[in-house]
Amino acid sequence: MSASANSTSAGTQCIGGTTPRSMKRVVVLGATSGIALEVQRRLARRGCDLALVARSPQRLAVVQSDLLARGARQVLICAADFTNIQSHAGILDFVRRSFPDYDTVLLAYGTMHEQGESESSVDTLLDELIVNYVSAAAILTLFAADLEHRHTGCIAAITSVAGDRGRRSNYVYGSAKGALSLLLQGLRSRLHPAGVKVITIKPGPVQTAMTDHLPNAARFAEPELVAADIVRALERGAPDVLYTPKIWRYVMTAVEHIPEGIFKRLNF
Amino acid sequence: MFAQAPARVHRRATNAAAANRYVSWGRYPQAAQAHIHKPAWNDEVAGILKAAPEGSLLPYGLGRSYGDSCLNADRDLIDCRRLNRILGFNESTGILRCESGVSLADIIDVFLPKGWFLPVTPGTQFVTVGGAIANDVHGKNHHCAGTFGAHVRKLGLHRSDSQRDGLLICGPQENSQIFRATIGGLGLTGVIAWADIQLRRVAGPWIDAELIPFQSLAHFLNLSRESDSGFEYTVAWLDCFAGENPRGIFFRGNHSAENTKQLLPRRAAKFPFALPAWALNRYSVRAFNSLYYHVHATKKGAALVGYDSFFYPLDSIRQWNLLYGKQGFLQYQCVIPEGNVGAIEELLDRIAHSGMGSFLGVLKQFGSAPAAGMLSFPRAGLTLALDFAMRGEKTLDLMRSLDEVVLHSGGALYPAKDARMSPALFAASFPHWRSFVPYIDPKMSSSFWRRVTEAK
Repeated sequence: MSASANSTSAGTQCIGGTTPRSMKRVVVLGATSGIALEVQRRLARRGCDLALVARSPQRLAVVQSDLLARGARQVLICAADFTNIQSHAGILDFVRRSFPDYDTVLLAYGTMHEQGESESSVDTLLDELIVNYVSAAAILTLFAADLEHRHTGCIAAITSVAGDRGRRSNYVYGSAKGALSLLLQGLRSRLHPAGVKVITIKPGPVQTAMTDHLPNAARFAEPELVAADIVRALERGAPDVLYTPKIWRYVMTAVEHIPEGIFKRLNF
Repeated sequence: MFAQAPARVHRRATNAAAANRYVSWGRYPQAAQAHIHKPAWNDEVAGILKAAPEGSLLPYGLGRSYGDSCLNADRDLIDCRRLNRILGFNESTGILRCESGVSLADIIDVFLPKGWFLPVTPGTQFVTVGGAIANDVHGKNHHCAGTFGAHVRKLGLHRSDSQRDGLLICGPQENSQIFRATIGGLGLTGVIAWADIQLRRVAGPWIDAELIPFQSLAHFLNLSRESDSGFEYTVAWLDCFAGENPRGIFFRGNHSAENTKQLLPRRAAKFPFALPAWALNRYSVRAFNSLYYHVHATKKGAALVGYDSFFYPLDSIRQWNLLYGKQGFLQYQCVIPEGNVGAIEELLDRIAHSGMGSFLGVLKQFGSAPAAGMLSFPRAGLTLALDFAMRGEKTLDLMRSLDEVVLHSGGALYPAKDARMSPALFAASFPHWRSFVPYIDPKMSSSFWRRVTEAK
């Protein structure tokens, strides 16, 4: 087990944390999401082992064969519905059985309903919050405890720039992603003494199936680009908060500084 | 409620704008599609087919067809690019199973390092497997390997009229008629879910290439004849401004046994914007062709070159089609039956007289292998491909005059390159097209198909 070797090095390099860490066995929660698909291809080319969790067993099998052809050494799959919180212990079990020394967890699933539907239907609203926040918080808590105990590894989760400020057109999704960002922030601090890295990934809008219905979808970032940034961050275990494409760090800094009195009048 | 209404109008408008972005490689004609479906999984395709009205859908790949065969004006496209997974590979037989949106570039990236290459490749690697099958594309090895379709072993096809939700499986032995209809079937026979393709073994990424200048058509024919048996790949570039005795460069090559030298990937430049119309005129094109000839003539002889610069010289400039400006361009690719060199001379003569020359005259001797598909374009004879900037009626007139020569010679035009051939010329090019019609999926149609068959 390389875990103990890792924990000492992680313990001494926590500030900045820019030294490449060893990334060999990666767990992806939401492995059939548009961004995850691209991230996994990059990891496969590096010869990583992958444990993939997603809802559809048929789609997982398709992804598995693709990644094996592209160079992944091992791809293990597990079909599960994340909104079924009872199933989370089984997912952790699957991962520990597959790769007892897994070193990276990437949470990549999410849904985005039309905001209007969440405004008019509480069921839709709850669904959006449960998928994007409640279930994510639950499963990350399990993995956090496991890695904290082992004093090694990296947890990364895809939230969104939409979580940085509540906007008229997208605040329900934004509130769930914002809550997830706060949870990750807390986890990062909690896991810091154990040498476990926590990365908050905040993509701008990306061209995936989740955003096809949005206006201007053709102008969104290419998933390949976002995936390249994510893989680089996973490899370095840094930065703590990744904006991708990079421009969103500056855009969101500006957006956060608009006074509320003006912001509430803006229609976006 | 009230606040939502303007947003919806806006959404519809932008969706239409996005639909407009689906253009063909020649950027002519430009057609607005009603809606774009973007399935990310094959399990979503059946639902799309089921929900669509008759004659409303067409699969779309990387949009490298030049004219309107990949467009569906005022109707829907199914963008298949997210269906890009490799489903399996048999190391001992070299048979690859992949989804239809996988690009040839992707196949090369994954399999060339393992010692496998495409059995047939067109002049760009940025086409999808689905597109390569639907147009039954050919390459520089047509005289010995036939078309891409000849190396497809099996297909899984989504049909709107299939029983249950299952795929229709077809191949040379099984459902062979629908298989032959789908190869070269312009996407009209259904959506290809996956295809089994026979890859070929190679030692490495290198080509033993040879480059020979020629000064007349007769000279070209001699070179082509003497190269057919000893060289897997042959093609010629033609300077169509040179008049009576067209000069050109003959390229031939074989996969090299060299396997130790590493090939570094090329950096592709991107053509930055659509060139203004005045920049391309008979003088600038003539000067370019002259320069091209002389630069290559000095490099004559044998050399070891990378597969990418040998097969895909134009891929090194992304979006080179913008060279032809906002109005786009037309490619004219015909095949003239064996032994009718006079017709080629006549075509070149008419082009020279028009003063509307082309950068890229490509000449290639096809082999005589039987066609893999019902509507396959390649057949024994000489194929000539030329690009013309779209300059309105004047350009279309020249093409009509070229059509006469092709018709008279008993030749054919290539649907994948066409934006304007008449129904009569289509019927002459594909005399058996009516026997293809029963295999069309009732939900499928295309701008091209409606144009050349005068269907609704």
